[in-house]
Amino acid sequence: MTITLQIVLAVAAALFCIGLLAALSRRHAIFILIGIEMMLAAANLNFIAFWRFRPEPHQPTGVMVAIFSIAIAAAEAAVGLALVIAVYRHYRTTNVDQFDQLKG
Amino acid sequence: MNSPAFVFIAILTLAAALAAATLRKLLHAALSFAVASVGLAAFFFLLGGEFVGLVQIFVYIGAVAVLIVFTILLTRRDVEKDRGFNWSGVAIAIAVFGGLIWAIVKTQSLSVSAPEMPALTIKHIGEVLMTGYVWPLLCLGLLLTAALIGALILVMEDKR
Repeated sequence: MTITLQIVLAVAAALFCIGLLAALSRRHAIFILIGIEMMLAAANLNFIAFWRFRPEPHQPTGVMVAIFSIAIAAAEAAVGLALVIAVYRHYRTTNVDQFDQLKG
Repeated sequence: MNSPAFVFIAILTLAAALAAATLRKLLHAALSFAVASVGLAAFFFLLGGEFVGLVQIFVYIGAVAVLIVFTILLTRRDVEKDRGFNWSGVAIAIAVFGGLIWAIVKTQSLSVSAPEMPALTIKHIGEVLMTGYVWPLLCLGLLLTAALIGALILVMEDKR
C-alpha cells in the first residue's frame, strides 16, 4: 500500500473532528482550548501534506505557512490560558456553563 | 514513503487525541495532548518537513503542554474532573467528519502519491525566511510581543 494524499487528508480530518468534539462537548474551558489547539494542528498537517504531495515541492511554501501557523497557535494558547486564569479569579470556576453574566 | 510507520503513527496520534478529548481527569487529558503532539511531529518528519517537526516538538510540548498543565494546577480548587458531556457535540463532530471524508474520497485529483524530492535543508529554510518571508516574520514577532503583553495584563492583579 502506498500512502496517497487522500490518506493523509483523512487522518487530518479525523484529528480535526476529534478537536471539534473536544471543543463542542466538554464543559471545562481548558478542554475547549485543547480542542482548538488540536484543530489548528490538523490544519498544519494539511499544509505539510499538500506541500509534500504537489508535483514540484522545491519551494518550502507549505513549511513556511506551517511554521507561522504554529507560532500563532502558541500565541493563541498563551492568551487563552491567561483568560482562563483571569475568569477563574472572578468566578472561582472554570466551567463554561457558569460564565453567564452577559446572558440576556 | 514507509506505510507501516505511517499506520502506526496514525493510530498512536488518533488514539492519543481521542483520549485527550474524552478522558475525565484534566491532567491525563493534558498529557494525552502532549502525546498527540509527538505523533503529529512524527507525521511531519515522515512527510519530509523535519524543521516543522522540531518546531512542533519545541512549541507544543515545551510551551503549550507545560502552559496547560500550569493552568490546570493553578485552577484546580473546585473542579478536578469535568462534569457533564454534551452529546450534541458528538453528533456534530461525526457529521462534519462524514462530510469531510465524503469530499476527500470524491475528489479524484487527490489520489496522488508523493513525488521524489530533494531533502529540504535548514539552510534553505533560513535563506527563504530571511529573504522572501521577512515581513511576515517581523509581523509575527510583533504579534508574539503583543500576545505576551496582553497575557500579562490579563492576569495582572488589580491594585486598587
